[in-house]
Amino acid sequence: MIAQLTIQERQSALMILGGLALAGLALAVAGGQDLLAAHGWLTVVCALAGLFYVISGYFEPEPSPERLARYYDEPTKAGVVIAMIWAIAGLFVGDWVAWQLVFPDLAFEGAWSSFGRLRPIHTSGVIFGFGGNALIATSFHVMQRATRARLPDQITPWFVLLGYNLFCVIAATGYLMGVTQSKEYAEPEWYADIWLAIVWVTYFLLFLRTLARRQEPHIYVANWYYMAFILLVAVLHVVNNLAVPISFGSAKSYSVFSGVQDAMTQWWYGHNAVAFFLTAGFLGMLYYFLPVRAGRPIYSYRMSIISFWGITFMYMWAGSHHLHFTALPQWVQTLGMTFSVMLLVPSWASASNALMTLNGAWTKVRDDATLRFMTVAAIFYGISTFEGSFMAIRAVNSLSHYTDWTIGHVHAGALGWVAMITFGSIYALVPKLWNLDTMYSGRLVELHFWLALSGTLVYVFAMWNSGIIQGLMWRSYTEAGTLSYSFIDSLVAMHPYYIARAVGGLLFLLGALVGFYNIVMTIRTASAAQDESDAPVLGAAVQAGE
Amino acid sequence: MFGFHYRLERSAMGLVLAVIAAGSVGGLIEIAPLFTIDETVEKAADMRVYTPLELAGRNIYIREGCYACHSQMIRTLRDEVDRYGPYSLAVESQYDHPMLWGSKRTGPDLARVGGKYSDQWHVAHMINPRDVVPVSKMPRYGWLAQNTLETEDLGLHLKAQRRVGVPYTDEMIANAQADAYGQTAPDSEHAKGVAQRYGEATQVRAFDGDPGRVTEMDAMVAYLQILGRLTDAAHSPADKTAEAKR
Repeated sequence: MIAQLTIQERQSALMILGGLALAGLALAVAGGQDLLAAHGWLTVVCALAGLFYVISGYFEPEPSPERLARYYDEPTKAGVVIAMIWAIAGLFVGDWVAWQLVFPDLAFEGAWSSFGRLRPIHTSGVIFGFGGNALIATSFHVMQRATRARLPDQITPWFVLLGYNLFCVIAATGYLMGVTQSKEYAEPEWYADIWLAIVWVTYFLLFLRTLARRQEPHIYVANWYYMAFILLVAVLHVVNNLAVPISFGSAKSYSVFSGVQDAMTQWWYGHNAVAFFLTAGFLGMLYYFLPVRAGRPIYSYRMSIISFWGITFMYMWAGSHHLHFTALPQWVQTLGMTFSVMLLVPSWASASNALMTLNGAWTKVRDDATLRFMTVAAIFYGISTFEGSFMAIRAVNSLSHYTDWTIGHVHAGALGWVAMITFGSIYALVPKLWNLDTMYSGRLVELHFWLALSGTLVYVFAMWNSGIIQGLMWRSYTEAGTLSYSFIDSLVAMHPYYIARAVGGLLFLLGALVGFYNIVMTIRTASAAQDESDAPVLGAAVQAGE
Repeated sequence: MFGFHYRLERSAMGLVLAVIAAGSVGGLIEIAPLFTIDETVEKAADMRVYTPLELAGRNIYIREGCYACHSQMIRTLRDEVDRYGPYSLAVESQYDHPMLWGSKRTGPDLARVGGKYSDQWHVAHMINPRDVVPVSKMPRYGWLAQNTLETEDLGLHLKAQRRVGVPYTDEMIANAQADAYGQTAPDSEHAKGVAQRYGEATQVRAFDGDPGRVTEMDAMVAYLQILGRLTDAAHSPADKTAEAKR
């Protein structure tokens, strides 16, 4: 890897890693006995390992100028593998906590292993670890292809990818130790948030620098989505995480927002993490990999425009549907509900645009499990956005809120849409990256597809059932006008569904393991000689690097 | 419109600005007014701040991720009011940085759990939930009773809370550590200071049943016992008209 960096880049790598080691040391010293120190030392260890690695390759020959005529795909390769590792870790923890709801003592009386601490490892592991790495990896690939320009340098993509993973590791280890600010999907504490902000701004600049070097006059729709994802996630992250640490030697901080304002800010963030992380970014993937794999152009340019701006504008209003019938003022709830319902238009425009693109390629969908992953993803995208708009209606929400129906909805989106489009894209991408025609085993892709689909269906149907039963039991009255069921009655009724859910999750996890094995074997099959990047740019030469 | 877009998508900065413009409107219109419109949060004269011990308990509640399964927000629905008590008011979480309204009820809502059970029940429930609720799915938290509560930095906690808008006085900040101890030791001289600073109604007792030592269990139970009792606003007569309407 170091051989790909120029001498100047190796020097900047040493400086960045040295700076990181010092920052980690500062946290470790300031932290003293606090948990902050553990993360300080963790940072020091990571930075020192990086320093050692760079120094060990420092005197390797410089990369040849010929590299500039090719795309730079090494960070994408690493990102794909890292994403799959996070997928397995995140899904494993998810299934573990699912079994804890069946057998509560599976926490083994540990503090670190209780549901409350493991749950954010599951959510962050799959959203940020798996999803985030897949987004970064594919965005590097797509931004180069759709602009016909090489990444501007060799070091920034590595900084973004590895820096982002440092954030993920700090987040996950923090939850184990009990470091959390309790904001859902924004649990990491202030120092991790600052680090992520630095990495994210660098990511955005890298994106802009690549766009500035583009050979294509038009920016392709996939890149609009990646842009909205990077840009607006930065805005959401910074605003929702504004907090005052109790001291610079402590991991603990207090959010600047409280009560109702905090609830609104948190769910403005939370829902738009769904919008711009789990939707916009993955639509970027869809708009590139689906047409490429199907060998068909996107069905409608105009529908792409309508859905992109509809999503970008309307999602930001929708967060308050998480707070129906709460102490949040009614007018904000009504706005949130209204925009959530309207969101169905751009969402279904995207989903149908994807499915219409497949017209003329349905035989491929039948034969090619990779393309089928993407097709099913588009269908689940349509289903879960319909369900989302439906659940945002106040009357429906009064039943569904606080129940497992929400969990079912989230997983229809996360497993059926986000994970499926990612697996499909990865299976399309991996053979290309390693200069092969196909994956190591097409039958294993097929097996993964059926495991993933059946796991998703079992999971989602279990949670739909349990959620609706829960909601109905909570609001049932006897003829005498008293509540029919105690809370614990509803919990007992959940038991069979919790078993089914854990089984569904297990199937999905097995699928991911099969996928990981297949990817590893594909990489091993690829000839070691093809270490460099894949095919050179078509037509005009790529712009020279900086 | 599509012709305009055909030109717009040729400019990276144009797209960036357009995305920022389109993406900012919703948040600005929905969030900013919540800070300026007075009716957003009711006034409650009797609303008090958390004692240092309760705040420490709240931080343990956050640390353990209790909010993943328990909400603290009773909605304005008949069955919720019948089950949990008066619906939650904005003022009740006015000093909650961050709020813990939650999003999921794997376990019941806790917004008004304060006073509903005895301290002994809570301690037994934490040690093994299935001892008191045989079909419970909650993890065990017995080790809270073994862990001594970290009280040294409570002053810093109160100070940071004041910085984000919670009205802790200098005196409260200076006595934070002593007050945490005092609240668990009714016979000590520190107990008086707690009542003086946080009100006579403040619950002062050995929450974990062991007056000698301030444990994380003390803090946790003290926090659970104050939930829904920082103010009487939700029970007050002024609210009855709203109830009648319902």
